[in-house]
Amino acid sequence: MRGAWTICQKELHSYFASPVAYAVMALYALIFGFFFYSATAYFVEASMQSQMMGRSFPMNINEMIIRPVLMNTSVIGLFLIPMITMRLFAEEKRSGTIELLVTSPVSDLAIIVGKWLAAVLLYTTVILVAALSVIFLFAWGQPDVKPVLIGFFGLLLQGAGLIAIGAFISTTTKNQIIAGTAGFVISLLLWVIEWVSQFDTSTTGKVISYLSVVTHLEPFTKGVVDLKDVVFFASLIFLGLFLSARSLESLRWRA
Amino acid sequence: MIKVEGLTKRYARATAVDNISFEVEKGQIVGFLGPNGAGKTTTMRMLTCFMPPSSGKAEVAGFDVVKSPMEVKKRIGYLPETPPLYPEMEVGEYLDFVGKLKGVPAGDLAKRVQEVAERCAVADVRTKLISKLSKGYKQRVGLAQAIIHNPDVLILDEPTSGLDPKQIMETRDLIRSLAGDHTIILSTHILTEVEQTCEQAIIIAKGKVMATDSVSALKNRRAGGSAVLVEVEATNEGQVREKLERISGVSRVVFKPVGTQGIVTFEVEGLSGKNIRPEIARAVVEAGWNLNELRPLGLSLEEVFLQLTSGAKPESAPAEAAPAAEEKESE
Ligand SMILES: Nc1ncnc2c1ncn2[C@@H]1O[C@H](COP(=O)(O)OP(=O)(O)OP(=O)(O)O)[C@@H](O)[C@H]1O
Ligand SMILES: [Mg+2]
Repeated sequence: MRGAWTICQKELHSYFASPVAYAVMALYALIFGFFFYSATAYFVEASMQSQMMGRSFPMNINEMIIRPVLMNTSVIGLFLIPMITMRLFAEEKRSGTIELLVTSPVSDLAIIVGKWLAAVLLYTTVILVAALSVIFLFAWGQPDVKPVLIGFFGLLLQGAGLIAIGAFISTTTKNQIIAGTAGFVISLLLWVIEWVSQFDTSTTGKVISYLSVVTHLEPFTKGVVDLKDVVFFASLIFLGLFLSARSLESLRWRA
Repeated sequence: MIKVEGLTKRYARATAVDNISFEVEKGQIVGFLGPNGAGKTTTMRMLTCFMPPSSGKAEVAGFDVVKSPMEVKKRIGYLPETPPLYPEMEVGEYLDFVGKLKGVPAGDLAKRVQEVAERCAVADVRTKLISKLSKGYKQRVGLAQAIIHNPDVLILDEPTSGLDPKQIMETRDLIRSLAGDHTIILSTHILTEVEQTCEQAIIIAKGKVMATDSVSALKNRRAGGSAVLVEVEATNEGQVREKLERISGVSRVVFKPVGTQGIVTFEVEGLSGKNIRPEIARAVVEAGWNLNELRPLGLSLEEVFLQLTSGAKPESAPAEAAPAAEEKESE
């Protein structure tokens, strides 16, 4: 694994040397902020109404704000993650720097893990920047901390899986735009197949919806860590990294 | 230091490198000479473990490129055809990065970066972005990158392509100065480059080794061509040609128009190893013409090169015996 950290640092350097990191961060924070604002406004409205009606059943901040905001932003992630992963290998293939990496005394796996880690760290930063707005909740209300942390952990895990898949897609082309578009389509697919479960309750329907990233993110947003969801995302990560390794190897046979 | 045996690379459509063998001694500079598409880059990529050979063997510093690629990679510095640079990095940052990647110990890194930057004359641009550098500087950063871990073997793919004449001279000097410490293979399609920088030349064309020669032998070959220039005072070009063609040992007669009335000039090529000048002189004089000039024409470098590469006769069948030998081989 020697060299993985070196490559990770270099990747982070390139991210922050280009507008990509800042664009992704700003976009994400903006959209997250909007979701957060509308969910909070709705919550305030709803709680005022319930007070005026004289009913004061307890309203849950976690239920009504954190959860929908996390679910919505996970969808934004599907759009933004391809922006992070598209250049990982495609750009090195285009410019020929891949020859430097591959002829250096580091393993293919170290190269892949280094790049994947850099993208995950960038994504984490992006989420953290966006999550700053959540701090307001703690200033005003008393949401449970644990489910909030678990929710963000789920978001991160989902991102790490999609980043691994995006990295693999990036190994297959020299063209960043193609890598980005394909990554987006795959992400979208992994999201929408969840809808199948709504009209198809057969085993096929269950299997297909099992493959959806949304199915596995939902429990996290409720503050529930289920082993099978963690396993799902971990498998997604391994699959992506494994396919990247295969692809890098075959690139050398064909190159 | 480098040993290549029967190395072959087949792509889906074509064989790029076809059963080549050669050896390079420690400390030598070897020129890998061949026209476009000869298979130079492909061979270098196999030596640097970028791609595995289809068949055959290659050893670098005693390690097999297929069996122990890590050991080979540690000992090779490689400058690909396009220098592998990251435009968004500063020169110093880039050399730091490559140093770490190549396994230079953290304690020596700063010193090594300083050394190679000075050696390759890029110390003055260490804090400049690579995207802002001129082509010559980029090439030198590429070279600095290749030697950062002080490798035993340097593999340079067309290190002077695309540079202006001054930069070419500087780069050649730099490469020559590196020769003491490193074994170097550089590829080029310019023969003078090999003459100026290398001790040994490996000439390849269409994936096959055409000749392996010391550069001095190559120069001899160039002087030893048997073409002569004949200038005769005569009015009828056809008659002279006929006469010359009839001389035994002459293989080709080419008319060179000079534009002066009453003077005709021919380039006459003889079969190799035969001195045809006395015969020509006698024939011309016997025919009653004045012989103005009879001068041996050394082959130009380009002609030697073309002779070696265009015939596509591999080294094992020397030019003289070629027809017979080739037939035997194919049987
Ligand atoms: N990735 C590839 N797939 C298929 N064929 C290839 C590939 N790379 C090179 N070739 C073919 O292999 C042959 C040798 O190519 P190579 O790049 O090794 O030549 P070269 O001597 O480096 O030429 P040049 O002077 O143009 O750099 C060429 O005919 C080329 O078309
Ligand atoms: Mg080439």
